[in-house]
Amino acid sequence: MKKRIIAIACAILCFFTVPIMGQDAEQVTETLSAPLPAPITELTAGNYVYDDGGRIDLSWAKSADDPANITGYVLYRARKGAAFEKIADLLPGTEKYRDESVEDDIAYRYRVGTVNEAGETLSEETPAVIATWEFFNFHKLNILILALIVCGSVLFFIASAKSGRKLFIRKIGGLEALEEAVGRATEMGRPILFIPGILDMDDVQTLAAITILGKVSRVVADYDSKIMMPVSRSLVMTSARETIKESYLTAGRPDAYNDDMVQYVTDEQFGYVAAINGIMVREKPATCLYLGAFFAESLILAETGNSIGAIQIAGTARPGQLPFFVAACDYTLIGEELFAASAYLSGDPKQLGSLKGQDVGKIIAMAGILLGTLAMTFSVAWDVSFFNLLLDILNSIFITN
Amino acid sequence: MKRLIPVFITAIVGSVLVLSVFFPKAETMGEDFSLFFDIIAVFAFFLGGGNLVRVHFSKVYRKRPDWGFSIVTLLAFAVTLVCGLFKIGNEAVTISSSVTAEGTYLQTIFLNVIAPLSSTMYALLAFFVASASYRAFRAKNREATILLIAAFIILLGRTPLGMYLTGWIPESFSIFQIPNLAVWIMNGPNLAGQRAILIGVGLGVVAMSLRLILGMDRTYLGSDNE
Repeated sequence: MKKRIIAIACAILCFFTVPIMGQDAEQVTETLSAPLPAPITELTAGNYVYDDGGRIDLSWAKSADDPANITGYVLYRARKGAAFEKIADLLPGTEKYRDESVEDDIAYRYRVGTVNEAGETLSEETPAVIATWEFFNFHKLNILILALIVCGSVLFFIASAKSGRKLFIRKIGGLEALEEAVGRATEMGRPILFIPGILDMDDVQTLAAITILGKVSRVVADYDSKIMMPVSRSLVMTSARETIKESYLTAGRPDAYNDDMVQYVTDEQFGYVAAINGIMVREKPATCLYLGAFFAESLILAETGNSIGAIQIAGTARPGQLPFFVAACDYTLIGEELFAASAYLSGDPKQLGSLKGQDVGKIIAMAGILLGTLAMTFSVAWDVSFFNLLLDILNSIFITN
Repeated sequence: MKRLIPVFITAIVGSVLVLSVFFPKAETMGEDFSLFFDIIAVFAFFLGGGNLVRVHFSKVYRKRPDWGFSIVTLLAFAVTLVCGLFKIGNEAVTISSSVTAEGTYLQTIFLNVIAPLSSTMYALLAFFVASASYRAFRAKNREATILLIAAFIILLGRTPLGMYLTGWIPESFSIFQIPNLAVWIMNGPNLAGQRAILIGVGLGVVAMSLRLILGMDRTYLGSDNE
């Protein structure tokens, strides 16, 4: 009886397992009989030009089986006289790769394997290629030439101002109003609030703000007024303290200087805004200066300043924030005016000469825009080869590779 | 001498950073200088933290006006610092374990205190936009009237109402449909104005950099005087 039960159990087990095993066997056969993938074609390798060496660029045309019947690509590399070794696994669809692990002046050969479940098909290997470094990046030659023209014109006008030539610089309303704003705060017996933006000293806008602070704090020291400067970066705090201290020293009032004029608040953007808003509402400064890099906080600050009736002067190089300042402040330094401020306020002819030099850059930009617009319009309208040529020339002058 | 050394450092670093754009071998030097700045900024953070504690401690000690806020500031600073420094809540407290890992107290503070407070401040912007728009868009002169009309078109163009009002305009005059007009204002006059500002900014940065590299402008050191 026991043997019979075991026999029946075995029969049942076989009934269910044999078809499954058969199915597995069929699958394996199918896998083994699946065709190998088509190889990639047109594999090329070349030195990455105008760099400091150590880079080789590879490109190829995808396998004909990509993406349906491949699982990926494998990149192999061989030094001269050595065997190929795998250096990277790449996803289907990849057509280029930059090898940044090569040594200069050593010849390398490459090949790419196309992989699927059936196996791997290797491409032809590339000719030997060597990575080299170049002294100068010729892709940026046009930028260098433009920079030299602008810098040259700045230096020319500086030299020209040094020799005593009178230069006309248009009046900048926001900067003309600085002294008046400080004077108003002095008369009202209220402090001046100076906000240098929320970026660190490695941002040129903050640097520009600190240069303006030097001039403002000098007037503050002369008028015996009070300046408050909450900052969001520690380095800005140390620089600003040094600047204000020097201004007080120059004004002959070192005793009036106090380290607490500049306070670190927080690096957190909206925490900083909350702290400044609190200071504004409690201290009610008569003058608020927002000069530097601002983001979403620009309008929150300027509107709070407006609500307490402060005279407000703002300046930033961020076009996205300028409309907010224009809407809420009395004066706004737009873009370049922020950077021109220190030269403008110094009244030093040499520095004013540098402002005049910028105009040459503007003339080049205006001529480029005008010619480009005309060339593009005529090129599209009449397809005249001269205008196509002009467009190519303008592209090579103003666009970097 | 106090002025000469910083001016010399500015000139060298500025020149190398400019050269690193054009000479590939100098690229890494430019990156190194940026790293130096980060290292200095980290050390300067101690100065900032120290200043924060000193100012608020002094305010509490002398019982100056609103000294209660200073207690909140000092407490928040201390709790956050301790939670972050000792990675409280993170079971694997090693030097490389994450400060903001799942379950750490610092992460809890960030998610439940800092993030909502920041969002609240950011939300205030909506009310400020309304009050600033009211002032800016009052048609008190020709420029303000143009601004008002442009803003009105853009606001309408960004809502279904714009298409509802002007959808009947034939395809050959589709530029006069409000949504298309809004796109034209943003991509035409608005973009041109922004680019003009950016060109001016670029040239301003060049001139200012030259003044700093040549040592003509030393205001950032505190004074123009040698």
